Amino acid sequence: MTPAADLDDPLPISALQHAVYCLRQAALIHIERVWAENRFTAEGRVLHDVAHEAGSRKSRGARRVTALQLASLRLNISGIADVVEFHRGPDGETAFPIEYKRGKPKLHRADEVQLCAQALCLEEMTARPVPEGALFYGETKRRLIVPFDAELRRLTEDTVRAFGALVASGRTPPAVWKASRCRSCSLIELCRPQAMAKSALDFRRRALVAALAPEAAANGSSP
Amino acid sequence: MKKLLNTLYVTTEGARLRKEGENIVAEVDDTERGRVPLHMLGAVVVFGAIAISPPLVGALARAGITLVLLDRQGRFEARVEGPVSGNVLLRRAQYRASEQPDEIVRSIVTAKIANQRVVLQRALRDHGAEMSADHRTAVESTIDRMERILRRIAFTNEGADAMRGAEGEAANGYFAVFDSLLRSPDPDIRFNGRSRRPPRDPVNALLSFLYTLLTHDCRSAAECVGLDPAVGFLHRDRPGRPSLALDLMEEFRPVLADRLALSLINRRQLRSGDFETRDGGAVLLTEAGRKTVLTAWQERKKEERRHPFLDEMAPYGLVPYLQAQLLARHLRGDLDAYPPWFWR
Ligand code: SF4
Repeated sequence: MTPAADLDDPLPISALQHAVYCLRQAALIHIERVWAENRFTAEGRVLHDVAHEAGSRKSRGARRVTALQLASLRLNISGIADVVEFHRGPDGETAFPIEYKRGKPKLHRADEVQLCAQALCLEEMTARPVPEGALFYGETKRRLIVPFDAELRRLTEDTVRAFGALVASGRTPPAVWKASRCRSCSLIELCRPQAMAKSALDFRRRALVAALAPEAAANGSSP
Repeated sequence: MKKLLNTLYVTTEGARLRKEGENIVAEVDDTERGRVPLHMLGAVVVFGAIAISPPLVGALARAGITLVLLDRQGRFEARVEGPVSGNVLLRRAQYRASEQPDEIVRSIVTAKIANQRVVLQRALRDHGAEMSADHRTAVESTIDRMERILRRIAFTNEGADAMRGAEGEAANGYFAVFDSLLRSPDPDIRFNGRSRRPPRDPVNALLSFLYTLLTHDCRSAAECVGLDPAVGFLHRDRPGRPSLALDLMEEFRPVLADRLALSLINRRQLRSGDFETRDGGAVLLTEAGRKTVLTAWQERKKEERRHPFLDEMAPYGLVPYLQAQLLARHLRGDLDAYPPWFWR
């Protein structure tokens, strides 16, 4: 999770979900680290709670590996998968990543991108195709199968590139207020997309003009 | 919005603080006097000879709760801070900006002078009728003089040094009439110009004490957003000096400290018995006086006002944090200037 370090530092896979949602959010968390602590401890705990989903897959003879370290040299990403099942087939084992999420399935594709990035790592590591994986949502207790189609793969690779460029630049993109996205953003208090759209120079000028206006003293309200 | 966490002030000499479970327990003479859950605290500030158990010191550092040691009079002695989570890119931007500080200094100084001026205007409006004609005229002409100083620096491109001079000039004028704002009938409670080390009258003792509390809050605010509290813009670097905390504090001083001092004295919550004079003429708050001030300080911090730039309600106690955050956003390139805190 080293932010904005050497280019050879692999990008954290867990950052991609933030990068899909909003590049500024990803920068605030992973480059500026304004919120890293709370967020990651909270997520770590949730993970712990749910990583023991009933092993229905076991009956089908899948090998289940938890907390598996993943990396892709091609994409320069790395991370840890909650669970990877290895399903036995006629020509060997096929990896099947499962990611545990609190909450419920979302309208945006952030969780799918994170999972797909894991699949891309697994393909590189096992040299075998990984056609699908699953997201398990704590709130609905549902397992959602995610096929890694061409479109999702493209979105994932584009996100990796965009986030990589961001980390290399060390810059945080400007805030762009978008109600549907910002209202449910947990970083809104730190990002302040609406205030950041204002000019502080104008504000200072106006405030001083008001302070120097002769009637300013008479109209103020008492604290 | 970020929660305004409490500060635990411990002023009873000989008290012992220790950790029990997730609580801080305060004992005096082996009897429990108080118990506070750690998660409700942002800081612990102790005055004078107070024993703190090592496990508690460790727990505070881990929980990100600052521990500040002050001497009996409230002078800073030491500070225990957990691992710094500072943001290296932000700090680099801060150091770079400190080489070209003019626009940040302009924000700080203009807001400070404007806020001082409002303190005088308010006093005149609320109690001008009770002032003697001489005093009223003096306050009025100081308000005018401060307006001229403000105009000189607000809309020009004066450099940092010229603004430092203007700030000093405004402060001299302001403190020259500060005594006229006191309405205590007590002849001992007077202000004879600013005296710091040591304070030589009760009002200076009170101001120094409030400034110490404010410095501590501003320093925590700076650290909380990942800024380096030692590298300032208005205040030049000096080893051991929390220059950035002192910079942040300038805008709040007139409102959070000076006005609180005035109201404590004018409402007679503090009387001459709350101060003591030491050999050599240093005047200090007594322990009872300090308690009165700390209680009023905590209460004032809970009062809410509309934040002029963010345009949302915020308690006074959170304003140093919000300003530190806005400064950080300016340094990271989100804002075209540092929007200071203008009090209305
Ligand atoms: S508040 Fe909006 S702009 Fe800011 S990080 Fe969140 S989603 Fe992005």
